[in-house]
Amino acid sequence: MPDGVVQVGLLGPVVAAVLLGCVAFFAAALDGVFVARMGRRSVRSGVASPVWEVARLLRQRRRSVVAADSLLWRVGVSGLLVVALLKAVVVPLGSWVVADLSVGVVWFNAMDVMVWALVWMAGWGANSAFSLVGGYRFLGQALLYELPLMFALTAPVVAAGSLRVGDVVTAQEGLWFVVWMPVAFLVFCAGVIAFSVWGPFSPALGRDIGGGVLVELSGVDRLLLLAGRYALLSAGAGFAVALFLGGGSGPFAPPWVWTLVKTLAVLFVFVGVRRMFAVLRPDRLVEAAWVVVLPAVLLQVLFVSLVVVGR
Amino acid sequence: MSVVLGGFFWFLAVVAVAAGIAVFRVDSMARATYALALSFVSVGVMLLLFNLEYIGVITILMMVMEMAIMAVFMIMFMGMNPALMPMSMVHSKRSSMILAGGGFVVLAGGALLVPWPARRGGPAADLTQSLGEAIMGSKMLVMLTVSPVLFATLVAALVLASPRGRYDRFGDDLRISPPRGPEQKDGRS
Repeated sequence: MPDGVVQVGLLGPVVAAVLLGCVAFFAAALDGVFVARMGRRSVRSGVASPVWEVARLLRQRRRSVVAADSLLWRVGVSGLLVVALLKAVVVPLGSWVVADLSVGVVWFNAMDVMVWALVWMAGWGANSAFSLVGGYRFLGQALLYELPLMFALTAPVVAAGSLRVGDVVTAQEGLWFVVWMPVAFLVFCAGVIAFSVWGPFSPALGRDIGGGVLVELSGVDRLLLLAGRYALLSAGAGFAVALFLGGGSGPFAPPWVWTLVKTLAVLFVFVGVRRMFAVLRPDRLVEAAWVVVLPAVLLQVLFVSLVVVGR
Repeated sequence: MSVVLGGFFWFLAVVAVAAGIAVFRVDSMARATYALALSFVSVGVMLLLFNLEYIGVITILMMVMEMAIMAVFMIMFMGMNPALMPMSMVHSKRSSMILAGGGFVVLAGGALLVPWPARRGGPAADLTQSLGEAIMGSKMLVMLTVSPVLFATLVAALVLASPRGRYDRFGDDLRISPPRGPEQKDGRS
């Protein structure tokens, strides 16, 4: 993509929303397949499992709780999906993007901080102890992943000399950033999994506290929160492609195909991580995050800065 | 600014003020916290309308983060956790009403009575940069001095507040491996 990215017209947001939905469905179906394979069921039943789950949740009666803070509860539960959409707005598909903000990377970062508030609100609103514990667990986890994530976002920005996602994509024409900033890439991926409350970073929804934030959620509320998680994971995968994996660059196919292929590949790994790692306790992980990961990312940023200065 | 953007600006202004009022009217710490967040987010979006993209987005980021952290503090530092129960968001009503009213009169009076200078020249090409230079340019030395002092204060406060540091965990020579785990209730480590 020699000319960076161009903004699309009014139809853009609609297409982006539909596309995000499709990618999120892919993630859910993939997770279903992993579960089906472990239970020695057919792949087809795994692919279909999100469809049945949606149907089941849409028919299920919505649970109401005594003295629930309905306003914050509903905002928190439905907000994840909205935030994922607002993230997707700055993720380029090939050479198109809904909004090529001059501070696109900071926008993405601001939206993932929104998740802090939303997950806590979803935990708080239910007026249930375990649910609130889940909300607080997420905040504890947020304190350990957010700073490394912020510095991981800094590395490609420094290399491109711009906060505009389009410029970051253009700057990778010769060499993908993942090649010379692998630490930042890995930390960013971990950050995406963490703000999606997914896999090893899902103690907020832990079984040991009866499902945590999910404990009182049923019906359409539960559907929104679970869909929001997959959507966040998908938007994060798309952003990883734009920031580290050269966006839509690749041979033999148009850029938008490459963006999609790479996004789905990254998403495949993200979804698979859930089956590979146990859930990590935030209070245990915080030391590793601050003592090991944060200095490692800072060194990565230092390395990138030196390369940029020397260039 | 077109009519639509102008209308949007006033809408945001009303939301910001109304959410600010809600902070004191609601009966739950959680709602007060996030009403304040909403107020700040509206201000952040208003800054976006001024084409101050970076400052606008950073305002949203910082304020939402601060309010989320406030939820941690409200559990940590409020005795017997009234924070989790319905409670009034105001205390010392009389004196704070007088203070707030007086403050408003002084500030609004100042805004109305001060002879504002007319604009000289046009807006800079990079508003964020020129705003940064206007605020920080001549005060850079002060900033450079204040920030290490502030940082040292933070670290010192943390060291004083921390019940057990690395010497408790790694021993006097910092050589114990694996480190001692979290302290048990009976005092064993």
